[in-house]
Amino acid sequence: MKVIVFVKATADSEAAVPPTAELLTAMGNYNEELVKAGIMLGGEGLKPSSFAKRVHFDGPNRTVIDGPFTETKELVAGFWIWEVRNMEEAVEWVKRCPNPMFTASDIDIRPMYGMEDYKEWDKEGGWLEQEVKLREQIEAKNA
Amino acid sequence: MTTAIARTIDAIWKMEAARIIGGLARRVRDVGLAEDLAQDALIAALEQWPAKGIPPNPGAWLAMTARNKAIDRLRRDANLRRKLDELGHELEDSAMPAEIAEGIQDDVLRLIFTACHPLLPHEAQIALTLRIVCGLTTEEIARAQLVPEPTVQQRIVRAKKKLADAGIGFNDIAPEDFDARLGAVLQVIYLIYNEGYSASSGSSYLRLSLCEEALRLARMLVHMAKEEAEIHALLALMELQSSRARARTDATGTPIPLPEQNRNHWDRLQIARGLKSLETSRNLGGPPGVYYLQAAIAACHARAVTPDATDWPQISALYSLLFELTQSPVVRLNHAVAVGMAYGPSSGLQLLAPLQTEAALRDYHPLWAARGELLYRAERHAEARAAFETAAGMTRNAPEKTALLARAAACGQ
Repeated sequence: MKVIVFVKATADSEAAVPPTAELLTAMGNYNEELVKAGIMLGGEGLKPSSFAKRVHFDGPNRTVIDGPFTETKELVAGFWIWEVRNMEEAVEWVKRCPNPMFTASDIDIRPMYGMEDYKEWDKEGGWLEQEVKLREQIEAKNA
Repeated sequence: MTTAIARTIDAIWKMEAARIIGGLARRVRDVGLAEDLAQDALIAALEQWPAKGIPPNPGAWLAMTARNKAIDRLRRDANLRRKLDELGHELEDSAMPAEIAEGIQDDVLRLIFTACHPLLPHEAQIALTLRIVCGLTTEEIARAQLVPEPTVQQRIVRAKKKLADAGIGFNDIAPEDFDARLGAVLQVIYLIYNEGYSASSGSSYLRLSLCEEALRLARMLVHMAKEEAEIHALLALMELQSSRARARTDATGTPIPLPEQNRNHWDRLQIARGLKSLETSRNLGGPPGVYYLQAAIAACHARAVTPDATDWPQISALYSLLFELTQSPVVRLNHAVAVGMAYGPSSGLQLLAPLQTEAALRDYHPLWAARGELLYRAERHAEARAAFETAAGMTRNAPEKTALLARAAACGQ
């Protein structure tokens, strides 16, 4: 299964306070462990939300809002994509991560939907069939 | 609560198993014994952690416990001690060139090489690799391979015995054997992958986990032997094949042929990873190997946004090279199909004709289905119909038979 792992923002990350050499080394080593274990599919660090744009949807309206955004704790400062056997493995890997921030911080693990989920919801295959047909119809319309 | 902690212990075990067993095997020079000792450590964890909590560094705890078990065992067992002494002397004598020795210094890498030892039959290599490198339980292996659990247990016990009887220690890969041994490792990984990949229909989604284990092994291996072009190529091949997983069957599990797949369902990120690995492999140089050529063919499909955009001349050239390496009649068949796509159906039919009398392809229905397609495109509809009917008569797979008969009917009278 694939998971996306979000390193949540802090006041420091939002202020673009650079990491110490020590933290960079620790993170480098950790990343190497992820690669060695064969679970790392990708990952990036994100610039503070002062660089960000947000597009707000309301019915037919689209409003563009410039960063920075105020709800620091809800923002993402970086992410990885991992392929792991299950959530337990993902949790164990995250526990081994050095604290990526100078202050208390959070890392969220969000599993991606995979084929196994469709099968789980849809033991008879009918729902998936319907979904596939629906997508085909949409694609035919768009074509 | 108990099940939650059991799942956590299981996850930790799978993360650590290869390193723990590899480290122990280096000490006791016996993979089978190392695995037994590591299992003892796992049992200790299952007994102690639910009550005491998971230690802050569970990997180190497991490794230390396993090492203590090993020391206990050595104290008790004089025979084992003597055997290790003997082996130790032999090992000191067999010098390895620094380059190779460094490359396989890593315990995990050596563990993979030992589990995939050419002395073992394929099913034993597969079971042992899944067991000691991936940390799967025999029950999990049995479920994934669709065989009874005792069969898996037996395969593993026999494999360990065979290695021990043959005196296969833990770091005895001579440099002149390196390429052949690596070839065996790659083959085992690809066999594991194909067991998962060939069975993604119906209720066998469980088996897809085999594809993930194979990908994980290849990603580990790539990191451990960065200079080996064929490892990168194998990873590329599996990434590119997996990128089509969502598109390759319909809702009922019936396979959808490549040209008819909905390419919007191909995993673009995975394709990008596959193409990157292929490029790394190419840049390492050397003559293209079997995995490189297969990955390069898969890449031609992956790059084509529509079936019409497929670079068939390139694919037929690659199949021709692949045939030179493998001499496989199935590869020749694929070559003929690719030529038919690239240069017109009559060129394809010409190459196909001698294969119809090939003994290895007797009753091989894809040959007749391919002939049917080529004949149909050559507008020889009656002959096409006959070829599809022949193909339908050869397959025992019901959905496939239905599809072939429908194809025959579509050729008209």
